[in-house]
Amino acid sequence: MKRFGRSLKYVYLGIMLVFLYLPIVYLIVFSFNQFHVGRSGEADYTNIGKWMGFTLTNYGAIFKGEASRALMLTLEIAVISSVAATIIGTAAAIGINSMKKRSRSIVLSVSQLPMVNPDLVTGITFMMLFAFVNSVLSNVNLKINDFVKLLIAHISFSIPYVIFSVLPRLKQSSDLLYEAAMDLGCSPMQALFKAVIPDIMPGITSGFIMALTMSLDDFVVSYFVSDLRSTLSIYIYSRAAHGTKGVNPALATIIFIPLVTMLLVVNLRRLAKDREYEIQNKKVKMK
Amino acid sequence: MRRRTFAYPYIVWMILFIAAPMLFIFYYAFNVNGVWTTEKFVQTIQNGIYWNTLFRSILMALGTTVICLLLGYPIAYILSNMKKGVAGFISVLFFVPMWMNFVLRTYAWSAIIEYAIPDLFGLTNSITETSTGRTIAVLLVLVYDFLPFMVMPLYNTLSKLDKSLIEAAKDLGADSVKTFFRVVLPLSVPGIVSGVTMVFVPAITAFTVPALIGNGNYSLFGNVIDDAFKINPEYSIGSTLSIILLIFVLVSTLIMNYFDKDQEGGSIL
Repeated sequence: MKRFGRSLKYVYLGIMLVFLYLPIVYLIVFSFNQFHVGRSGEADYTNIGKWMGFTLTNYGAIFKGEASRALMLTLEIAVISSVAATIIGTAAAIGINSMKKRSRSIVLSVSQLPMVNPDLVTGITFMMLFAFVNSVLSNVNLKINDFVKLLIAHISFSIPYVIFSVLPRLKQSSDLLYEAAMDLGCSPMQALFKAVIPDIMPGITSGFIMALTMSLDDFVVSYFVSDLRSTLSIYIYSRAAHGTKGVNPALATIIFIPLVTMLLVVNLRRLAKDREYEIQNKKVKMK
Repeated sequence: MRRRTFAYPYIVWMILFIAAPMLFIFYYAFNVNGVWTTEKFVQTIQNGIYWNTLFRSILMALGTTVICLLLGYPIAYILSNMKKGVAGFISVLFFVPMWMNFVLRTYAWSAIIEYAIPDLFGLTNSITETSTGRTIAVLLVLVYDFLPFMVMPLYNTLSKLDKSLIEAAKDLGADSVKTFFRVVLPLSVPGIVSGVTMVFVPAITAFTVPALIGNGNYSLFGNVIDDAFKINPEYSIGSTLSIILLIFVLVSTLIMNYFDKDQEGGSIL
């Protein structure tokens, strides 16, 4: 009976995993499918359900035309915005940590806004802000372009995630560390870079990764902010929604493989570390 | 130089790009072409179509949340009872799809629903041609998209649960069903609350899924707002609808926090 219960558990987990991976596997399988190529030389991906024979041409098509431009833009925005968000956010967390209680709680509650706010509202507010700024700037023949708009929006929604992953680390780290470094002859800046930042590095790293993934995965905010240029999500959406030629399923593989590799490496390393920690703990206990 | 000054660049940024943009919603709701008026606002509020859509979105979000909870709780519970290393590995498997571009995953579902399912069951028409079919399809994809967001907080709470409490309950004569309902379930309330918030709030504002599933013939409140800003731009209507949405989100977050009031720091994320 107990064994039956246990295998039932695994069956349930298995079914749920199949459910979660079904669409991803579906796209990866059809990324090797032959699609009808129209006169313009562009493949028609709409009939993604009928097997027409094996080919690798879809993979070549990703690196041409609009799809590759969207992929590049997505990567550029993600890298620049997450680096900027990490710098601003880490500095902010250090500052907030040494603030008085009242001003700290005000800053923190405003910081929660982008996290609590639905993406839809964040996107709309940015869209209106930029429309307003551009209408003012048009008097002097200036204009904020899509790249800058996307960058500002992505930095803004990422910063709070950096702050909230750095702050707990700062709370664990002692204030004495900063003072000790200064007593030993560091300038405030040196104390910060040589003592405080190395101590909170894990928080900074996880904040950076969070910012990076938030930016890579964003659709809603970018969709409202950008007028002409397409990030990958916008590209996929516009190809899918307006029933044109569909989306090249090879994109799924291109996103999925690096993602799985990265997550597996990170987690296997963490597992190894946990085990090391456990072994050390055991040794300490035995003593 | 005081350390506090490090926060100043961020505070300027926050005022410019987080706080100020919010004011535009209120500006455009009550200001039509440079004239302050409540006329458009009142007109929009009195339009029954919007309320119907909001009601449908709430039902859809509730359905999504309940199904996610029912499917996700067992997953989190099973994972939390596994050996640490194994559970770590399998839980990574559960969270990988979450990092995959969700527009692409939604697109894949639309392909499955439009082509694979009719092929498999020998149907001549797609199920999204009827309104019930569309509702089911949208619900299915919403559940798919949000399930990991339910599992994650539940798993975190359940795996931190003190196992000796369960042993104590069993020692005191409770069977496993009773232990679950009297000990495990009450102790996992914080996880349930944050899971429900993480699913319900985004589900109510979802507009990508209904736009892509069923060829855009099904619309939720998010689609109406999208329409008012992007497709037939009329900022006053869009802003008014956004205010309604914000109030609704705020109220549901407050209700959730009320259930979680015993727990310190049951943050939204």
